[in-house]
This record gives sequence, C-alpha cells and structure tokens, in this order.
Amino acid sequence: MSRLGKITRRTFLIGSATIAGGVAFGYYMYRRPHENPLLDDLAEGEAALTPYVKIDAEGVTLITPRTDLGQGAYSVQAALIAEELDIGLDQVRVDPGPPAPAYYNTALAAESVPVRSTNDGAMANTVRGVADAVMKFAGVHVTGGSSTVPDSYEKLRYAGAVARETLKRAASERTGLPVSRLKTEQGAVVLPDGSRLSYVELAAQAAQVEPVTDVELRPPNLWRMIGQPMQRHDIVAKSTGTAVYGIDLAVEGMVHATIKLNPRQGGSLQDYDATEALAMRGVQQVIPVTGGVGVIADNTWRAFKAAEAIRFDWGPAPYPNDMDEHWAALSNAFNEDQIDARRRDEGNVVEALDRASEVVEAEYRAPYLAHAPLEPINAIVRVNPDRVDVWTGTQIPRFVQANVAKIVGVDSEQVHIHNQMVGGSFGHRLEDEVVKRAAELAKALPGTPVKLVYSREEDMRHDFPRQIAMARGRGSVRDGRVEAYDLGVAMPSVTASQLSRQGLNVPGPDLQIIAGAWDQPFSIPHYRMTGYRADGLAPISSWRSVGASSNGFFHDCFLDELIHAAGADPMEERIRLCWHEPSRQVLETVKAMSGWTGPRISENRGRGVAFCLSFGVACAEVVEVTQTDRGIRIDTVYVAAEVGRVLDPINFENQVQGGVIWGLGHAMNCEITYADGQAEQTNYHAYPGLRLYQTPDIVVQGLENGDKVLGVGEPPVPPAGAALANAIFALTGQRIREMPLNKHIRFV
Amino acid sequence: MRQWGEAMNITVNGQVHTVDVEPEMPLLWVLRDELGITGPRYGCGISMCGACTVHVNGLAVRSCSLPVGDVTGPVTTIEGLGTPESLHAVQEAWIEHQVAQCGYCQSGQIMSAASFLMTNPNPSDEAIDQALSANLCRCGTYPRIRQAVKTASAKLRGDAS
Repeated sequence: MSRLGKITRRTFLIGSATIAGGVAFGYYMYRRPHENPLLDDLAEGEAALTPYVKIDAEGVTLITPRTDLGQGAYSVQAALIAEELDIGLDQVRVDPGPPAPAYYNTALAAESVPVRSTNDGAMANTVRGVADAVMKFAGVHVTGGSSTVPDSYEKLRYAGAVARETLKRAASERTGLPVSRLKTEQGAVVLPDGSRLSYVELAAQAAQVEPVTDVELRPPNLWRMIGQPMQRHDIVAKSTGTAVYGIDLAVEGMVHATIKLNPRQGGSLQDYDATEALAMRGVQQVIPVTGGVGVIADNTWRAFKAAEAIRFDWGPAPYPNDMDEHWAALSNAFNEDQIDARRRDEGNVVEALDRASEVVEAEYRAPYLAHAPLEPINAIVRVNPDRVDVWTGTQIPRFVQANVAKIVGVDSEQVHIHNQMVGGSFGHRLEDEVVKRAAELAKALPGTPVKLVYSREEDMRHDFPRQIAMARGRGSVRDGRVEAYDLGVAMPSVTASQLSRQGLNVPGPDLQIIAGAWDQPFSIPHYRMTGYRADGLAPISSWRSVGASSNGFFHDCFLDELIHAAGADPMEERIRLCWHEPSRQVLETVKAMSGWTGPRISENRGRGVAFCLSFGVACAEVVEVTQTDRGIRIDTVYVAAEVGRVLDPINFENQVQGGVIWGLGHAMNCEITYADGQAEQTNYHAYPGLRLYQTPDIVVQGLENGDKVLGVGEPPVPPAGAALANAIFALTGQRIREMPLNKHIRFV
Repeated sequence: MRQWGEAMNITVNGQVHTVDVEPEMPLLWVLRDELGITGPRYGCGISMCGACTVHVNGLAVRSCSLPVGDVTGPVTTIEGLGTPESLHAVQEAWIEHQVAQCGYCQSGQIMSAASFLMTNPNPSDEAIDQALSANLCRCGTYPRIRQAVKTASAKLRGDAS
C-alpha cells in the first residue's frame, strides 16, 4: 500500500509507503511514477514511491541514490535527514539503494542547458526546466557534475521532516494526545509525561496514517549538525584498512581475471597466441572479449603474468596515431564550418580589433589527461539462469544494468547491481567498459563469479581521457582597460563521445566545448566566445570539472594577458570588470585573504590570481610562488568559493583542497600523449599528479551569500592552473600557454 | 602432477600461515588473494604509489614489489597495526584530522607514517614531506596528512593526551 501526499509548492509529490516491518518516506515522480525499486509487489498502475528514508526494526536508514566517490556525500546526506528527524548522525544507516529511474538528478540537468549559472531570470528557469524533464524521462541516475549536494539539500530535509511529522501523527492516534503536545528527540516521540515511543515501534503504524506533507523545515538557527564539523561515517573503516572496496570483494566460488585490450583505444583484436600463457600455473582459460582477451586464473597476479605472455596482433587505432595530427585537427577546427556554438557576442569584437592600435594574440593548449583513481577499475559478474549479479563501484548503475542485460541476453530486471565503495573516480566511473568486459567473461562461464581486475597499465591505457583542447585569443586594451576580448576554443565533444558509448546520439551543440569560458561574469565592451568542434580524435570522457578544466585556464590566462597589456593590476581589474555581485565578493575575499598588494611580493616572490565560475560556483584563487635556486616553489594558495551554504566545514575544506591539488598537479606535471595510437603514459612514474613535497599550504574560505546550496567537488579545479601560470608570469615574465607547465618550468 | 613450488610459512599480524605459491609472487598478492587480507591495496604494482605498504620486520616495504620468497621476517599489515576497537596512535590522528576522502591510499599512508615515526619520532616539516612523498593520494588529502603526522608524532612521544 502506498499513500500519496498533496502536491507541494516544490512541485514534487511526497508520500509514504508500507514496507516489510515498517514505513518508507520519499517522492512520487513527476508526470508518471517510475517503477519503485523496493516495492516489487505493486499492482499494475498503482503509484510507487521512491524511498529516501526507511524506518523499520533496524532503525532509520537513508536510502541514497548517490555514489560516494570519496567526497563524503553519504555523511552530508545522512546529516540532512538526521537534522529533521531529531536523531544523531550515528543513528542513520546508509544504503546505496538499487539502480532506479526514479532517482533522477535534477541538479545535473541544470548544468546541461545553455543558461548562465548567474542567470536566475524566468527564461533561465524555463530552459532549465525543459532539460529537467528530459532527465526525468531518460531516468538518469548519475553521480557527477558536483550535483549531489544541490540535488539532496531540499529533498532529503523535506523527506526527514515529513517522516517526523507523520511519526508524531501516528503517536497521536495511538495515545489520543494532540500532536501539538508531542515532540521528538533522539529517535523517539516524547509524550508530555516524558515517556517515549521510539520511531521503530511507531513505524508500522506510521505507514497506516495519512502522511503529513505540509511541514515546516527546521530553520537554520536550530540546526544541530548542518554547518558544523561532522565525523564522516566511513572515517574509522578508512583509517584501519577495514573499508571494503569493490576490488577487495570475494564472492563464493569466484575466479580471478584480468584483461589485455588493444592498446590503441577501441581498436580490434586481429589474432593472438596464448599457448605459453595457458601453460602457466593457475591459468584456466583465455577468452576473447571485445577488443582483446580475458585471462581466467586462480590469483590476480597469475592472471597479470599470463596476460603479459600472450602474443597479439592488434588492429589500427580509430583516431590519428600521433600527437602532431591531434594538434593539427584542433588547429584546423578554427573555421566557420566547425563552429559548434557562438555563445556570447557583445559589442562588436571585429570592429574593435580592427581599429585597435595593437592586438594581443595568443594560442593556448591543454593535453589529454587520465583520471587514474588509485583503485584500478574492477567488477565481479555472476551469470545464473534466473539472475545476473554485478558487484562494482559505478556512477551510472542504470546504464550498467542495461548494458549487462544486453550482453548476457536477459531482461534488465534480472540484472542486480550491488554498488561498491570506490577508491576515487574523478569521472572515471562514469564509464562502464570494465563491467561490459566482465559480463562477456561471465557469460562464457555460467554460474561462476568472475572477478575482473585491470592492471594499472591496462587501466591507464584504456582510460577515456580528459579532452585535448586549443584556444586562440585576440584582444585589445584602451586607456588602461580591457576593451575587446575574443576567444575561440576547439576541442572534441566530450558529451557526444561519452554518450555514444551508451548508444545515445546527442544532437546539437555541446555546452562543454565552451564551458567555463562563455559564461564568466565580466563586463567587457566587446566580448565574444566561440566553440569549435573537432571530431575524429581519441575517445574522451568527463574529467573533474569537464570542459571548464581546460577552458578556465584559457579564459583566465588570456584575460590576465590583456590586463597586463592594459597596465592594470590583475586583482583590481578583475574586480572592476566583474558585474556579478556574488562573484565580485569572492574576488574581494581572496584579495583580503592573500593580503594582495600587487603581483610582485618581493624580489624573488610573486603571485597570480585566477577566477572561474563553473557548476554555478564562483571560485577565485591566489597562488604565491618563490624562485629558488632549484626551481619554482608554490608556497601558498588562497581559495574563496561561493557555495550558498557550507554544510560541513571539514568536508568542505577537504574537497576544496583536493580540487586545488588536482588542478595544480595536472597543470604542472601531467599529460597523456599518443604514439602509434597508444597512450605513452601507463603508470604513475610517467603520470605523477601532485605529491606531498610539491603541495602548498591551501587556505580555504567558503562564502554563503547565494540562495542556492552548491557542490564544491569540481569548481576549485579550473582556476588552479591559471592562477599558477599567472603567478609564474608575475614572478618571471614568462607567459606559459601550454599545460603541463613543467615543459617550461622546473618545479621544486 | 607438476610440482609448482614448495609450501612456505609466513607470519602475518602474529599468525602463521602456510602458503603454496611461487616464491616470486609479490607479497601483496599472497596477502590479498591467498590469505584474504585486503587492507594493503593494489594501486600500481611498481612501487610508485605506496598503497600496498606493509611492515616487514617493523620497516615499511612495498608489498607489490617484494617477492614472498624474500620475506625474511614477520609481516604487519594495516589490520595488525591497530583495529577500530584498539587504534594505533597514527590511526587515531588520521581519524581526528578526518584525512581520508576515498580512503584507498590511506592504508599505505598510515603504514608509511607509522614506520617513519618509529625511526624519526620528532620530524621536521621537511622530513615529513620527504618521507610521505613516496605515497600517492589522488584525492589530494596531503594537507591533512601533514597535520596528522604531526599529531601522531606528538601522541607517540606522549606530548598529547
């Protein structure tokens, strides 16, 4: 039985449902309900509920549709529920929930349509609404785009409040006391005489009463947890080696497998000879899969060794073999026919540059980059006659379910996904090739669970990298001010590449091509942003901050060049050009934090500032560098970000620092290059990221002026490399327009 | 029947195990796949990331690159350093500072830090940077690792409660 509440002003329907031994609270879906993953016994046509909170004999459980990739999402979500339910954080169990279309992600949709994040007008909300409806119908259940916090912030608190008030109504019916005389405390409804009815004992009755949906959320001044430092629920397990990741899992009767795929990403397997491998200890079978072979053994290391002993004849790469050709394709993309979209065109850039006495011109480059989270991709798949089980850590469980069903030849409902704790993602687990290959192997071994683990080398070679990109800027200055700014960015479409692997064709322009550049809140008399699409390059995927990861560097560094040409102060001129009040406050804040007095601090010290608005978050960073006799040292980074509300200051600081380190490390030290169609970097010796000795002090401040609560996993990334390049220019006069910066600078 | 190898004894976290594996099999894979001890993680297989760090004879080693046949003394993994019920000082510090994000590298970070502090109980900032730079963290928890090592150092020296 399920009960529908009334339509709320938030335009979603909340309600309750009876479940075994208790009650669930959650949301009915817009327009038509999606099937409910937890209620298999619903009659045809009966409304179903997407549960967010479950109360039964085990206590209170948060059923979260979002994957925790290490960003602490589970704990923040638990706090949102606990706050309204008057329970402690340690009284909330977390269940990642089965894949379900009802868990659509509205915050992610908001970023996929071309409306500036600074634009809150009626038109903007209408356009965002369209994309929102598309996402709902597509049943997208995805973790990404820094969207977990904005998506959960209202829904989870509201679900918690409805649960609380409904439990009170149930207690009122049981005791005959009016609701106004009841209160809640520590997981129980408290009666006027001080006696307590626990939520657990009220759960079954709460499922029978009409849910109370007209509820008031707790005002922020009564919050006990939100905004305070919280201990992450997984912190003890992760500090004692007892956390279990997908790669640690063992299923009864499983075999160990690894894979060897064409090192030219997406190329074919022509022929192979596994004679030697099959004679090695513990090796059971070598099975062809799409683009390569899988090795089945009794131990991962034996499988790795055997895979190295196989001789292969590989097909060619389905993209240019060498980097010169990749860069040439980008360079040639700057033409009218390859315009993806011209998203900003203010004033008259062409005329302004024609009449300028001097035109500043520059070309920028950003390389392919691997995600390379520390846990290599892995999956366990077991194919039984009546059901298929998949154990893996994924951000796209719905796609995994459909893809495995297709490979094995069963209905999606027969595929059961058990989502696992993941050792990092950064976008890597938005792809599911590992699960597809594991499904191919498991199909060949019915009844046997196959645990597929990629070696680090196979993982890095077959990482769908961050886009390669090139930008060309032309600009001019007048009377000490930036007068004209014209930027073109050329790259492949990450959205088209990524969704093509899910069988989806994405028509129209790709916002990511110019994301992080076209919507910056600056007012320049003549200002134009054009995206160019370069097709036919290596397949790519979303990488922490996506299009903005390259474009934030391009846009801000070229702005820095123009400000320098104007003879203005880098900080003061950005503040003067910024028309968006929250963004301006971010710049003012980072100016104060860093004690900004100009780009030179002393004879051998300099600083640079950069700003990028991405995923709705205005973020500014100041990087301070010192010239030592062994190279450039990064001393300190100051970061200010406007996120609406900081839900947990410790997690917030950790996320921002991690984003800065991610941005700096890759901008300084990393690239993926192809030679003979093969990625040349296959392990961390050639792809070091940032290590502790290069890590600066990172001082973080969150601003809470906006009315929207925003996620901060990605926004600190784009300004980091730009602020560093600008700081190096301030100190040395050397303008580096190409990442990684260590091609031109020695860092210590 | 082919004779693949000889059974050998290996002591892990105070317990003696008999394993029948090739002597060249890295200790990491004996721990993970033969003994089911999964706290030491696989990250790179070439001693570049440190996620597999364990102690042999009390010193930090990269178990992904140490053949089990070359193990000459007792092995301690993160599970043997301390437990959720009885934490090692380094683990206490890691929890206090909420170091972990994804957490995958942290077994190795903690084992490296514990070994380092045994030989260098009161390290300078520079020594901490140098010692822990051999352990990679992709999430970027380094600022908290620095703080946690200092806190752990104080705890081990008895300066803190």
